[in-house]
Amino acid sequence: MIDIQGLDVVFGHGKNVFHAVRDVSLRVEKGQSFGLVGESGSGKTTVLRALAGILERVARVSGAMTVADETLLRHRSQSFRRRVQMVFQDPFGSLHPRHTVDTILSEPARVHKLDRIEERVVHSLEEVGLDASFRFRYPHQISGGQRQRVSVARALITGPEIILLDEPTSALDVSVQAEVLNLLMRLKREHGLTYILVSHNLAVVAHMCETLSVMQNGAVVETMSVQQLREHSSTMPYTQQLLTASLGYDRTAIDAFEEFG
Amino acid sequence: MTDSTLLSVEDLHVTYNTPTGLVRAVSGVSFELGREKLGIVGESGSGKSQTGRAILGLTATGGTVSARRLEFKSTDLLNASERTMRQIRGGGISMIMQDPKYSLNPVLTVGYQIEEALLVHNRTSKRVARERTYEMLRAVKIREPKRVYKAYPHEVSGGMGQRIMIAMMMIPEPDIIIADEPTSALDVTVQLQVLAVLDDMISERGMGLIFISHDLNLIASFCDRILIMYDGRVVEECTAAELDRAQHPYTRGLVNCLPRLDGGQDELSVLKRDPSWLTTPGATR
Repeated sequence: MIDIQGLDVVFGHGKNVFHAVRDVSLRVEKGQSFGLVGESGSGKTTVLRALAGILERVARVSGAMTVADETLLRHRSQSFRRRVQMVFQDPFGSLHPRHTVDTILSEPARVHKLDRIEERVVHSLEEVGLDASFRFRYPHQISGGQRQRVSVARALITGPEIILLDEPTSALDVSVQAEVLNLLMRLKREHGLTYILVSHNLAVVAHMCETLSVMQNGAVVETMSVQQLREHSSTMPYTQQLLTASLGYDRTAIDAFEEFG
Repeated sequence: MTDSTLLSVEDLHVTYNTPTGLVRAVSGVSFELGREKLGIVGESGSGKSQTGRAILGLTATGGTVSARRLEFKSTDLLNASERTMRQIRGGGISMIMQDPKYSLNPVLTVGYQIEEALLVHNRTSKRVARERTYEMLRAVKIREPKRVYKAYPHEVSGGMGQRIMIAMMMIPEPDIIIADEPTSALDVTVQLQVLAVLDDMISERGMGLIFISHDLNLIASFCDRILIMYDGRVVEECTAAELDRAQHPYTRGLVNCLPRLDGGQDELSVLKRDPSWLTTPGATR
């Protein structure tokens, strides 16, 4: 479904060059969920943005990307933009503060010249568990969890096959996180969606995905199945340290932490 | 109140008078703190930060604090003069905030700010203060204290910034540290390294720590004792090791809705909020 080969992303020029992604390759089968894990600055979000085609104006992107047999060009086709949607981390920053939920949801439908827009808006709100009374509210009038549901509804409205999830629950309380993760799992089952999930939280990735890549300094350190992650059968010291750290505070383990540069 | 008790809070209330009515941010919180690591955990809006701020008299304008008792050692914090409060803040109780980027002054060097914290509370010479600052920077595991001393806050990383905050809060040698989400903005390995620094200093100096966080796993592994807050009240108190055996449905709900690394969950259990949690008195032992 998704095939990325030798992706490189470079920001800036001359002295200020920053090589954010180095030779990243990954494959995601249809209906799979693929996790990208790493600490801040590891380049995981940049991979997602490069795939979505929203980096071309600010960075040099090279490498071959194919999505559902369509080779991606510098300018993405209209059909790509309909089939691939994105949900961002911050539900406060990703919804227009002066647009109602109705405007937010109908805009992508209008852009893609879809018919029966009103029907679609109501339907996609239903899919994310919000009733039609939310249509005429503004983002500041709803809670963080509801806002993230609206972001998901906006992604669903074009009838996508792939959804790119960039830390979709890291700004939410754990009880709300559970609701949003359950919602994403249900939508994936019902619509046969393919996900790429970017997260710093190993437990969230282990819950949602079948396969994951661990990234560090722009490169993929290791790609493995979630089963391998659970069995602690990772061979790379960086992954092992990340795994130890995500198990909680352990005074003696911390002294053994290394700097990976 | 036993000898080892540093702080006692009894029936603490914080209310805000807003145009839409009275908001009860904290309603009836009681606890005692000794030389231990006490965790306060809760979701956003549960009143955990408001509790920490009220202890230091840092409640925002428009808020009213009342309590049957709010005592630090033998000082009544509710009726203390502003002058006494200034001595207690930093000198007796100090607070580490979430984001060093906002809590450090961007136009002053790191060293100047740490030194100032010492000079406000102790009468020492500039030279001694500088030596103590270097020492403190070394104690929080900063390898080049002389370079960092001269650095400005924007020149240091998030993890180092938080270590600098810890150095600044520790240098006047307070008895209590209140840490409000001190490491939430950091990567998980850096977070643990910073906590290890804090942990070592607290046990070496025999201080009390109030650790405020939304991260249940972290609190359970880091603290000795936990208070679980919901809607301005403490619904349950337990030792960190006993969190798995917590009784209150809210605590159990919080524990169960976390995705686990070892898997085995098809669907995450979702917290069902019961209105009775708002009215039944919280568990206190």
